[in-house]
Amino acid sequence: MQTEFLFAGFGGQGVMFAGQVLAYAAMDNGKQVTWIPSYGPEMRGGTANCTVVIADEEIGSPLVNHPPAILVMNLPSLEKYEPLVKPGGVLVVNASMVDREVQRKDITWVSLPCNEMAEEAGDKRMANIVALGALLELLPAQTLKDIEVALKAHMPGRHKHLLPKNVEAMKRGAEYAKKHARKAK
Amino acid sequence: MAREMWKGNEAIAEAAVRAGVEAYFGYPITPQNEVLEYLSRRMPELGRAFVQAESEPAAINMVYGAACTGARVMTSSSSPGISLMMEGLSYIAGTEVPMVLVNVMRGGPGLGNIAPSQGDYNQICKGGGHGDYHPIVLAPASIQEAVDLMPVAFDLAHKYLNICCILIDGSIGQMMEPVILPEMQPVVRKEYDWAVSGAKGRKRHVLSSIYLDVPTEEKVNLRLLGRWREAQANEIRFKEYFLEDAEYIVIGFGTAGRIALSAVRAARALGIKVGLFRPISVNPFPYKRVEELCKQAQSILVVEMNTGQMLKDVETAVRTRVPIRFYGRLGGVMPFPDEFVHEIQEMIKNPGKPEDDPADLWYQRMMAR
Amino acid sequence: MVATAIINPENLVYARPKGFTDTPSHYCPGCTHGTAHRLVAEVLEEMNLLDKTIGVAPVGCAVFAYNYIDVDFVEAAHGRAPAMATGIKRVWPDRVVFTYQGDGDLASIGMAETVHAAARGENITIIFINNAIYGMTGGQMAPTTLPGMKTTSSPNGRDVETQGYPIRMAEMLATLDGAGYVVRRSLHDPANIRKAKKAIRTAFETQVHGLGFSMVELLSTCSTGWGVSPVESLTWLEEHMIPAFPLGDYKIAPSVAALKI
Repeated sequence: MQTEFLFAGFGGQGVMFAGQVLAYAAMDNGKQVTWIPSYGPEMRGGTANCTVVIADEEIGSPLVNHPPAILVMNLPSLEKYEPLVKPGGVLVVNASMVDREVQRKDITWVSLPCNEMAEEAGDKRMANIVALGALLELLPAQTLKDIEVALKAHMPGRHKHLLPKNVEAMKRGAEYAKKHARKAK
Repeated sequence: MAREMWKGNEAIAEAAVRAGVEAYFGYPITPQNEVLEYLSRRMPELGRAFVQAESEPAAINMVYGAACTGARVMTSSSSPGISLMMEGLSYIAGTEVPMVLVNVMRGGPGLGNIAPSQGDYNQICKGGGHGDYHPIVLAPASIQEAVDLMPVAFDLAHKYLNICCILIDGSIGQMMEPVILPEMQPVVRKEYDWAVSGAKGRKRHVLSSIYLDVPTEEKVNLRLLGRWREAQANEIRFKEYFLEDAEYIVIGFGTAGRIALSAVRAARALGIKVGLFRPISVNPFPYKRVEELCKQAQSILVVEMNTGQMLKDVETAVRTRVPIRFYGRLGGVMPFPDEFVHEIQEMIKNPGKPEDDPADLWYQRMMAR
Repeated sequence: MVATAIINPENLVYARPKGFTDTPSHYCPGCTHGTAHRLVAEVLEEMNLLDKTIGVAPVGCAVFAYNYIDVDFVEAAHGRAPAMATGIKRVWPDRVVFTYQGDGDLASIGMAETVHAAARGENITIIFINNAIYGMTGGQMAPTTLPGMKTTSSPNGRDVETQGYPIRMAEMLATLDGAGYVVRRSLHDPANIRKAKKAIRTAFETQVHGLGFSMVELLSTCSTGWGVSPVESLTWLEEHMIPAFPLGDYKIAPSVAALKI
């Protein structure tokens, strides 16, 4: 069993950290995991991304061309990665930074205003965590509780006081996805 | 031991610390910087030597000096920096002192780029610096394998009084994986009968790579070769996957090898009896094992992130017993597993002849794209 | 008188220092390398450092310095001696580490290693032999070759328009905060040789006391490369080199001055 996730957005939107939190949670659950930052030709083009692979056995390639789960935090990332979601896979879109709908009909997707939702949850910097919550609702590779434990264990000390707010942000993302996700046809 | 998430470069640095490295000298270059940065903090903390040198030539010559004391010493760099170190590496080989070199390869030639590549296989395995010498080169495919090989690298360098290189590419340096780090070893400086320390109570030691007397230099070269032959006999390392019943075999090292693992699994899921052979010691290369594999293989696919450098070693071992197909991506392009799956399928459809030139056929295919 | 009488201690006026091997010199007649080697050996003996010193030999005429100076030695690549010395010193901080380098080695191919060792305040000593020419390779232009000076690679004399100007290393390194002791001396007559020895002593004292980088630049002869007789080479040094490379103390850190050697 192996699942691949791709997180993409502008630098500073926390996509690298969102991927790391997922990777930590998977590791803490005894899984094999790789986290690899945008590396190679795809580095160009103004977006940062990382790929997380979670598996039960030794992981081969840390990159795949069609991940079953992609999270995009801005429009350039949507343009680039929407076509790459594996058919039947899931796509989470940060509607705060994207002014169009998802075109694909063969994937499950949700578009949610992560920036505003993060602000409502207490800190606008948590947009990545809102999106992560939505992603895990659509593809429950790890539970929200797993993520909470991972956040607690691996968040930088100076951000630890934000843990309850992060948990809240993640829950709001998950709830939104539960209500509004469009299922694959 | 706890599994901890480590970035490749930092894990390698910590593993070196735990293997008892006493002195590190380096120079910044992407994608290797985290080794230098990590050790700039960690080494002084432990009272060990760290110097950010003014250049790679200076760094390798600091290593050269420190290696002459018999201490465990290392440097790390990436492709263009390794080119600059070639002079020092040749001197170190010629002086027969031990050191560990970490090469986090990137796209080239020239300034190239900072993306992962395997373009420096020939440079490090086949010489690079002047003269007849053979560094031991280990090519891990994961962070865990890299940290496990770090103490081994120091042991081999000191056993064979040679350079031992950990050859990885930028993707292993930059990625994160959970690893179990090796145990912290105490720093032990062996009392060598050649090391310099000040000639207190003993005859003085002089270390040099100069032998103006030609017959003496020939003897030295034979001595180096003798140690190398010992390494060839004893230090072959590789990993095999799904080979028991494999009729087709993929061969790749490092990152290309691990990508091939995904491809082999995918091909198995399609019912193809394919296995993976992943050399870890790429110098000495496991020629004998590859030769044996020819008995069971209908054909072999070699995958690399270069134009077919290890391919030549595979060809040496296979000697036209079975057809070989080659697939390479260049200049920092990391192949996806699907590309290898496609190559496996094409190889089965059209196995070619053992006397075909796989690099030539691959080039024709690349240009026809 | 029999030979044994001559070598009676009371008759002895000159002997091989303890720090010298009995290897016959390979240097040309008139070359001052032998003098410089001897001064280093004498100082190390007087300071009781012979069994805790590691020398770093250069590429150049002094490539075989280790055949003469009887301490642990390593042989560096061309210009890299200060880097190699750094590596040794960092592993053995309580040992004495020195390099012995010519002008091509130190000021041309090894310029970066020299400058940065000084900038780091690397606690090593450099004995710098400046004879304004590449001796070993056959008399080519060096970074310290004087304007107008004929060499095998400046056959019409060094043309500053196309071949630039000589580099004054002592002056240059003296500007660096890491340098504890940087001086220039000459080996062309006994009085200057005595001053050179004192400077070498001070340089090693600087290192022993951990006061930073030390270098003694020694104006030296190369009668073969210069194409003059040994005696003429001494005069030539005095008349031509000293005006271009003035003798003097370019950097004596207060902590070094306080040693009162």
